[in-house]
Amino acid sequence: MTDQNWSILIPEIFLFIWALFIFGLDLGIKRKNPKILGYSAMAGLTITGILLAIFNGGILFKGMFQSDQLAIFFKVIFIGSAFMAVGSSFDIASEKIRHHRGEYYGLILFSTVGMMFLSSASELITLYIGMELTTIPLYVLAAFYKDDKLSVEAGLKYLIVGAFSSAILLYGLSLLYGLTGTTDIVTMKINLSLVFLSYGKIGPGLILAMIMVIAGIGFKLALVPFHMWAPDVYQGAPTPITAFLSVGSKAAGVVAFARIFVNGLIAFASDVMKPLDWGIIVAILAAAAMILGNITALRQRNIKRMLAYSSIAQIGYVMVGMVAASELGIASVGYYMFIYLFANMGAFTIATIFNDKTGSDGIISYSGLSKTSPIFAAYMSIFLLSLAGIPPLGGFAAKYLVFAAGIQAGYTWLVIVALLTSVVSLYYYANIIKTMYFSAEEPTIKIHPSFPANLVLLISVIGIILFGIFPGPILDWALESAKIFAF
Amino acid sequence: MEVEVSQLVFYLLSFVIIISAIYVVTLRNIFHSALFLILTLFAVAGIYIMLNAEFLAAVQVLIYVGAISILIIFAIMLTSQLANKQIRQSNEQVMIGIFICSGFLLASLGSIANTVWRIVEKPLPENNTLTMGKLLMNEFVLPFEIVSIVLLAALIGAVVLARKEGA
Repeated sequence: MTDQNWSILIPEIFLFIWALFIFGLDLGIKRKNPKILGYSAMAGLTITGILLAIFNGGILFKGMFQSDQLAIFFKVIFIGSAFMAVGSSFDIASEKIRHHRGEYYGLILFSTVGMMFLSSASELITLYIGMELTTIPLYVLAAFYKDDKLSVEAGLKYLIVGAFSSAILLYGLSLLYGLTGTTDIVTMKINLSLVFLSYGKIGPGLILAMIMVIAGIGFKLALVPFHMWAPDVYQGAPTPITAFLSVGSKAAGVVAFARIFVNGLIAFASDVMKPLDWGIIVAILAAAAMILGNITALRQRNIKRMLAYSSIAQIGYVMVGMVAASELGIASVGYYMFIYLFANMGAFTIATIFNDKTGSDGIISYSGLSKTSPIFAAYMSIFLLSLAGIPPLGGFAAKYLVFAAGIQAGYTWLVIVALLTSVVSLYYYANIIKTMYFSAEEPTIKIHPSFPANLVLLISVIGIILFGIFPGPILDWALESAKIFAF
Repeated sequence: MEVEVSQLVFYLLSFVIIISAIYVVTLRNIFHSALFLILTLFAVAGIYIMLNAEFLAAVQVLIYVGAISILIIFAIMLTSQLANKQIRQSNEQVMIGIFICSGFLLASLGSIANTVWRIVEKPLPENNTLTMGKLLMNEFVLPFEIVSIVLLAALIGAVVLARKEGA
């Protein structure tokens, strides 16, 4: 207990207290001025980011809480996605959720705290509880439009699926505990190899455990075949929450997956360990996600449903980097999530503003947006082209890295699937751009985002272009964060 | 002789758990289902005692039997007409469900039987409630504290959802 560096907990504790402060502030201003709450949530997240830059590095509670580079990298993504979700919420905060603004922002911050704990957890119990803290506020946030049937349905569906997947995940984790006698991921790795060396086998119990953990985290990631809830929840939830779900919550699932599989079960990622090889299972799921997500997205007429299927496909690409289970693989996953943060949050922010103005999520109603709001049409095009992976935008470098990692690890077939489905995805992303620019219909709608939404859009566009042309800094950082795993 | 008795008790408890759990999901009166749920949870507490986890058994009875079941029964009684209604708990997918679940059961039984599990040779601590308390307050203090944030978040969320708009 002597060499414990408690200060590395400061960012999490600060954000938690700030969330409480926002609940109090909402009472204090008697729910009158909605903007103060939003700005203070953004300020809180910014300060948390600064604190994270000051207090990091080190371990606490015998390694239970690790503030390593991987955790910090992903914490930046979480804080960024929460910041952008709050920024794009100003319009709905002034009208649709006016009775519970404080709770809305506070719950977003709670969920972010959960993600931050999750990404630092190197131990199964903390990891699981971090995951619960991430999702429980999101159940409520998904149902936040209480008068809207779709939103309530989204919340209920997410709650049931979430509880179900938590149960599966817990069962898988308990089997892992039974196999290794520890909840610490590194000790788990050592104990598994000891059993393997002394008995020459572990047995199918490990496969069962791995399948259950993959299924449990797969639900959070909306990985095929655990994706069924995603389109309905994404469509019904308030759009900023959809964006937060599709970026923050997914990034949290990605970290959990990396910690358990790429760190703890790394020995079981190769053909040599057949049939105890999780790589091939995840590779098949990733291929299914890319094929199904992209092909179903082609038929969508609602932009939120389309982005939901697109995000199912995107997580397939992320998993290509994950199955590579190498330093480059993890670095490419990190880089991919970083660019995905900008592109997806940006696209959803436009969808939020648009929905707020017109009350419609139909792709067709974006006709002629380029004539009335040329800047926002251009922004949207950049986000969509980045999601499709067109150079020189960030999405291209991200896809390139993920594919390189996949080929390096010998998953050539998977990369071919990924390439082909990328081409398919270009069709539906470009379709929106076509609707915005080349529609014959007379444009009627002009959108005026609030200042914070404008800020979010600007950050996203700059991020995509800057890190697309100069991937260096982020990539170096991602490589640095991947070094914490001993490959 | 002692081993046989404890085995007998184990089978008896398992029998009670399985039968009452089946009743929970098949009975047409939801109030009766809730009562059988209480019986299931009680029997699970019995299993905990057999595994020398007295504290868990006590918590099981206090929280699941005492609090959660009472809440469920309250919810049934406060929902108008629900207590006497006959409802169907299954739909047309029940056969597929049975098929998949039994397949999963067989697969997990098979894999659990053929696996090298980690057996702890050390005797259990004399007073395992004390050990658990020490662990919760030392090694596992971080997850223990995060749970309280989870509870706060759930509490606030429940209030937000249950509160009447504009009130």
